[in-house]
Amino acid sequence: MSILISPDTKIIVQGITGAFGAKHAQLSLDYGTKVVAGVTPGKGGQFFEHNGAKVPIYNSVADAAKATGATVSVIFVPPPFAGDAILECVDANLDLAVAITEGIPIKDMVRVKRAMAGSKTRLVGPNCPGIVTPGTGKDSSGGCRIGIAPGYIHKKGHVGVVSRSGTLTYEAVFQLTSKGIGQSTSVGIGGDPVNGTSHLDVIKLFNADPDTHAIILIGEIGGNAEVEAARWIKANCKKPVAGFIAGATAPAGRRMGHAGAIVGGAEDTAAAKIAVFKECGIEVAVTPSDMADALLRSAKAKGVTLS
Amino acid sequence: MNIHEYQAKALFEKFGVPAPKGAAAKSAAEFDAALASLPEGATMVKSQIHAGGRGKGTFTNGFKGGVKFCPTKAEAREKAAAMLGNTLVTVQTGPAGRKVQTVYFTAASDIKKEYYLAILLDRVTSRPVIVASTEGGVEIEKVAHDTPEKIHKVIVDPAFGLADFQVRELIFALGFAGAEAKNAARLIRNLYAMFWETDAAMVEVNPLITTPTGEVLALDAKVSFDDNALFRHPEIVALRDLNEEDPKEIEAAKANLSYIALDGNIACLVNGAGLAMSTMDIIKYFGGSPANFLDVGGGASKEQVVAAFKIILGDPNVKGIFVNIFGGIMDCNVIALGIVEAVKEVGLKLPLVVRLEGNNVIAGKATLAQSGLALVSGDTMADAAQKIVQLVA
Repeated sequence: MSILISPDTKIIVQGITGAFGAKHAQLSLDYGTKVVAGVTPGKGGQFFEHNGAKVPIYNSVADAAKATGATVSVIFVPPPFAGDAILECVDANLDLAVAITEGIPIKDMVRVKRAMAGSKTRLVGPNCPGIVTPGTGKDSSGGCRIGIAPGYIHKKGHVGVVSRSGTLTYEAVFQLTSKGIGQSTSVGIGGDPVNGTSHLDVIKLFNADPDTHAIILIGEIGGNAEVEAARWIKANCKKPVAGFIAGATAPAGRRMGHAGAIVGGAEDTAAAKIAVFKECGIEVAVTPSDMADALLRSAKAKGVTLS
Repeated sequence: MNIHEYQAKALFEKFGVPAPKGAAAKSAAEFDAALASLPEGATMVKSQIHAGGRGKGTFTNGFKGGVKFCPTKAEAREKAAAMLGNTLVTVQTGPAGRKVQTVYFTAASDIKKEYYLAILLDRVTSRPVIVASTEGGVEIEKVAHDTPEKIHKVIVDPAFGLADFQVRELIFALGFAGAEAKNAARLIRNLYAMFWETDAAMVEVNPLITTPTGEVLALDAKVSFDDNALFRHPEIVALRDLNEEDPKEIEAAKANLSYIALDGNIACLVNGAGLAMSTMDIIKYFGGSPANFLDVGGGASKEQVVAAFKIILGDPNVKGIFVNIFGGIMDCNVIALGIVEAVKEVGLKLPLVVRLEGNNVIAGKATLAQSGLALVSGDTMADAAQKIVQLVA
């Protein structure tokens, strides 16, 4: 088991003929992920070929979903057109749209999120590294890799990882794998102020997943999503949880790379979020190098063995 | 992207948001023409810099106050001359202050009462929020903390836009009636239209004022825009004032690097925003002080690494460099080659600690080892951070 995606999940890649989309479609195919269709308007009928795989390209997400039975799409479409690409997934009734694109105007995301209200489609991202459910093959291949994360650093196991940041996710996953601890699913929710899936949404999924035995929650300055997740964990989650917040040294009022990483007031500083984590029983990693160790401390305290 | 008050007021005029009549001057030669366009009598002189706290600021030449009330135009001309070309230090500028390159004259208004009005993104609902208060002209954070009941918020549904009942809600909350109510309603609607149509990140009017004759005016204006949406607003991009930005940040943006100058002495070069932030944090954790935030992105080229080195070495405060790369997909050897090339090009007299991990890391480490560069390798982020802190101390 895992959350959101499994090795059997069939994937569409929107923007498969662009350099970025093509490169990561190839890496996902190499990982053993079922990339069953590509979408590039105007290139329908062509094929995306890689190492013997021949992925059909369609003009629309609806066509691709209908022809292949795919339920998930990953979006590599440039920022001005990415909002539209997300809504196309909603229109095609997909289960999940994962938007990798960085730099989508906030207003576009405000409108997209409003338009998605009540639909069955879940959005992860934008400006995110994607989702990985590791497989059982060499370097965790045979799993489902959606997006741009390095597949080889993973290991199949029972720790759920959720983060706004790509590289911090990799850091956490790599630490776990180096210690022989595998992951159920790793989810990057993205660094934008308006995103589809929150920390809390993912925490709820991990909590309900019997195959996830422990959780690493990685956040940063700005907004209150980490606080909301921490309070819910305190009330509802019995699994060991370790947390890390980036941006303790960030000056107020400056955007630190991520559009959403900005201190607006006293409540969204790293110190304030870390205080809430501690209050909610989350084991705080003192540095990013301490994330896996923090989880081990939490697991030990709760009598949970991780593997 | 931020703009000046005088530019924001020009946008206000375009969108029908009433403000006192004003005119900007970039040189003393422009004072007369600017003042001539305003009505006779009391005039305000306002220093134009991208920082708050101007009124209570002090110039480095000792002149007090970046915003002045002047009973006559002659005095306004005199005060403007004292401000223009001089450096203003406020609570938001830091000790270095900002050079005033433009002054803005406005007709002084008779103030009956001051209010607060702002529009920004509400991150909890992912919708625009209008924030209003009867307590204007003061720090809104303080009002929110001390008297939260005096802060009124209206969340706007982006599918419908600002509804009339919501405008009425704000009008009643602020206690407007008669002509004031009518004028305030129009101002709020027009300000929202401006926020929405220009892809603003925040529009803040503090204070919003009423006058004895029933006018409702935006006395001040602070406006910033969503950088991601600038591609569709060339008219907004044209308002950008590079004088207000750190030259190193401008240089970095040209090389497609995300860089923010800080006041420490250990420069960082990192891939990914989250890792870049936590690299600063870990330096501080081990007793050092970061000189910058620098994210070279997920697909950095050799050229970008060279550009990044030049930028961080351009900061005279820097006493050591910490390169922290987790190459997921990014090839660690590309980074290593970039480091070697950069050091050859710019020379290196400072301690350099490199932590490489991830894709093709063995080749990357070999490149660094064979280069003969005097650099120190770190195994983990914590190990590397401790090493650079020790070398700089």
